[in-house]
Amino acid sequence: MANLTMIQAITEALDQEMARDEKVLVFGEDVGKNGGVFRATQGLFDKYGEDRVSDTPLAESGIGGMAFGLAVQGFRPVMEIQFFGFVFEVMDSIVGQMARTSYRMGGKLHLPAVVRSPFGGGVHTPEMHADSLEGLMAQSPGLKVVIPSNPYDAKGLLTSAIRDEDPVVFLEHMKLYRSFRDEVPEEQYTVPLGKAAVAKEGTDVTVVAYGYMVREALKAAEQLEKDGVSVEVIDLRTVSPIDYETVVASVEKTGRMVMVQEAQRMAGVGNTVISEVSQRAILSLEAPIGFVTAPDTVYPFGQAENAWLPNAKDITDSIKETVEF
Amino acid sequence: MAKQPVDYEALLSTIEASFPMVQILDKDGKIVNEDIMPDLSDDELVELMRRMVWSRVLHDRSMALARQGRLGFYAPTMGQEASQLASHFAFKKQDWFYPGYRDVPQLIQHGLPVSQAFLWSRGHVEGNNYPEDLHAIPPQIIIGAQFIQAMGNAVGQKMAGKEDEVTFTYTGDGGSSQGDVYEGMNFAGRYKAPVVFFIQNNGYAISTPREKQSAANTLAQKAAAAGIPGVQVDGMDPLAVYAVTKQAREWAAAGNGPVLIETITSRFGPHSTSGDDPTRYREQESFDYWEQRDPLIRFRNFLTEKGLWSEEQEEKLIEETKEEIKQAAKEADQAPKMKISDFLKNMYNEPGQNIKEQIEKYEAKESK
Repeated sequence: MANLTMIQAITEALDQEMARDEKVLVFGEDVGKNGGVFRATQGLFDKYGEDRVSDTPLAESGIGGMAFGLAVQGFRPVMEIQFFGFVFEVMDSIVGQMARTSYRMGGKLHLPAVVRSPFGGGVHTPEMHADSLEGLMAQSPGLKVVIPSNPYDAKGLLTSAIRDEDPVVFLEHMKLYRSFRDEVPEEQYTVPLGKAAVAKEGTDVTVVAYGYMVREALKAAEQLEKDGVSVEVIDLRTVSPIDYETVVASVEKTGRMVMVQEAQRMAGVGNTVISEVSQRAILSLEAPIGFVTAPDTVYPFGQAENAWLPNAKDITDSIKETVEF
Repeated sequence: MAKQPVDYEALLSTIEASFPMVQILDKDGKIVNEDIMPDLSDDELVELMRRMVWSRVLHDRSMALARQGRLGFYAPTMGQEASQLASHFAFKKQDWFYPGYRDVPQLIQHGLPVSQAFLWSRGHVEGNNYPEDLHAIPPQIIIGAQFIQAMGNAVGQKMAGKEDEVTFTYTGDGGSSQGDVYEGMNFAGRYKAPVVFFIQNNGYAISTPREKQSAANTLAQKAAAAGIPGVQVDGMDPLAVYAVTKQAREWAAAGNGPVLIETITSRFGPHSTSGDDPTRYREQESFDYWEQRDPLIRFRNFLTEKGLWSEEQEEKLIEETKEEIKQAAKEADQAPKMKISDFLKNMYNEPGQNIKEQIEKYEAKESK
């Protein structure tokens, strides 16, 4: 076991998958010699060479098309979009092309591409770097969308994503990259896609979260534990497809739920989770479902992040409201 | 007045002069450039003519079938036979093809059964269930996407060390304005990927004339922005199209990187069968001008002169093709009814809870 940050766990997953399968190719803007703007691909260029770790021209759409063609040729492309706010340049390749391929071809041709991309607030990035756009991806049939919240999951989920036969969008929260370390096994392992995790067990209320909000939810849970409220935290890990089984089982046990996301209220995947839980477990609910989100504005100017982003305090308040309903 | 640092007029005329149009047969079928005559046997010349006539019949019958409601989406190809069939004739079975939506004739020549082409037109999944040895993906509807994908495919061929194997793809004059077309060519240049890009310039993107797409005098010169060779060819001249394509394929297959070919051509009909009326935006003189440059007329003259083609031969071929198409349409009628549960099963290799639940739901519905 090594004590790794999430970014180190990601690099390790890439390295080990590239060593295991020579069809795995990593490419994007500055992922080669530079090792990526966050060092996610550090050392891969020297180890695997320019063919397998390549710097592309600065054009997201072209990168998406390259991943598509490489996958048709039997490779397992792992493309990087430098920041997920730049996804609009490559929406067609991901949503209009990769996501539809298996359906279009009657299941005959799968498109095993991974789109890696950082996102997320709290680190004072410039415009269009931190936006939470997972909702756009999650509304696209044919994609899987994965958002790890810790180093252990990041390594296991990325390994699964690379081995998956279908396109996977793998979103890495920038604030989680180096904010803490975790015990990560050195050997390869997988964490299944489409399976949520119980990050903390509890009996009074279920908090469903993903990405950085899992950390905030755990903070809130710890806080409330002192006040005698037992909070169960579910980490979705995959936001498409969603593991409703795990969520519903928890809600049936606790009778109360709070959904937490960093995205705006009209965005993210929270609305879908709330809707499904309402349809599947309404008779178990003792209170309306709480929903902690960012406000429905454009992602904030850097200096307004703290006021805008949802945090443990917002989650604590929402949990209290739900419990005291 | 101080001297200007750059002579813009000279700069523009230099660009234009670098992209002359390649032609071998004039509109009457006379050889105007013997030096670059491609090395084709008599049998090959006849086969090329057969394919062009076949494509014209396919066009005529597809229009009729579409009118009868026996085909769905269809983009007419009449007039583009040299551009489409003579270019395809220069590729090999192992080459990978990324067609646009108008490039169905080449797709069939590359190995797609006609019945499946018809199913694609009608909107049936079996139309895209390609034979194992067909190196192609289905016609691309998003204009430009095929350029970046073909590039990626060619990078893959290069990576895999595939020898004597290239990728080829087509778009139209309107498509040349898309970002993906530029990105595809530029990436292909950067990776030295073995891909041949075609811009089939038929003068119109639906109703928008070529001049409204770009101030560039040729579309071939767009290759210069990617640092790759660009060639403009008479797209109504099968021999010129074949010769230019063959050279481009050899260049790409030898590891020199991509080539862009602009074919100057014309479509004699509407943009598609979905209600487009070209008389709204195109003068009769334009049709007359281009119909005199019909690739079939000039190639027929050329082959007749050589004693390789006759009226009877053509009549016989037309009848055979009509029969082939009739059979293909009938075969397409036999395709099984599509089921939502099958669509759901095709979405993922390993589906999530939502898909599993919906398969169950729709299977129950379908079994009633």
